[in-house]
Amino acid sequence: MFQIQSTNINDLPIKDSSHPPQAGAAVTFEGRVRNHNEGHNVTSLEYQCYESMAIKEGNKILKETFEKFNIINAICVHREGHLQISDIAVWIKVYSKHRKEAFEACQYIIDKVKLRVPIWKKEHYIDKDPEWVACHRCMEHSHG
Amino acid sequence: MKINVIYFAALREQAKKSQEFVETTSTNASELMLELYEKYHFTLDQTMLKVAINDEYSSPSTLLKENDTIAFIPPVAGG
Repeated sequence: MFQIQSTNINDLPIKDSSHPPQAGAAVTFEGRVRNHNEGHNVTSLEYQCYESMAIKEGNKILKETFEKFNIINAICVHREGHLQISDIAVWIKVYSKHRKEAFEACQYIIDKVKLRVPIWKKEHYIDKDPEWVACHRCMEHSHG
Repeated sequence: MKINVIYFAALREQAKKSQEFVETTSTNASELMLELYEKYHFTLDQTMLKVAINDEYSSPSTLLKENDTIAFIPPVAGG
């Protein structure tokens, strides 16, 4: 399940959902707002998303994850809105029988989310005007 | 034909709107992109944009249909 959330992920109820009894591993990834980027001090981040397509593309990525890795369940939640330093921007949880698949699937999900899901971030700085972050790696890879 | 165009990020700021219905004679996404660049003088390099039609990534040569929803996707930066 992939979802977009406009409220603080720190309060996400799904984080307390029950652990599948057949899962020997649960891997969690938290992508948080950091206070620097490319040599500049960042004060906050705004995330804007094309919600209907983000959910569609995010769920496609999760479907691929199930096809590629032997996992039991995977959840990804991405924020939209204005985030402060250390706020969780993206949260991923993967359950599997064994740890190898959980780590690999989690890596796959975050890599593909960053590459394909229509979400944009505007960085606010101490020392210059806010600007939209360009995903430079997207120039090297194809979407879809 | 009437096309629903959605703008994001820098395109939204420069168009000063998030969405509009456009009456156009453009037949495909690429032609419509040129038309909108002329209208709004977007500064983003056109080659950096991807095309999404009805919530799916599409080729710029995809033919448009009446009431399609199109978004020109600037380089994404989620996560």
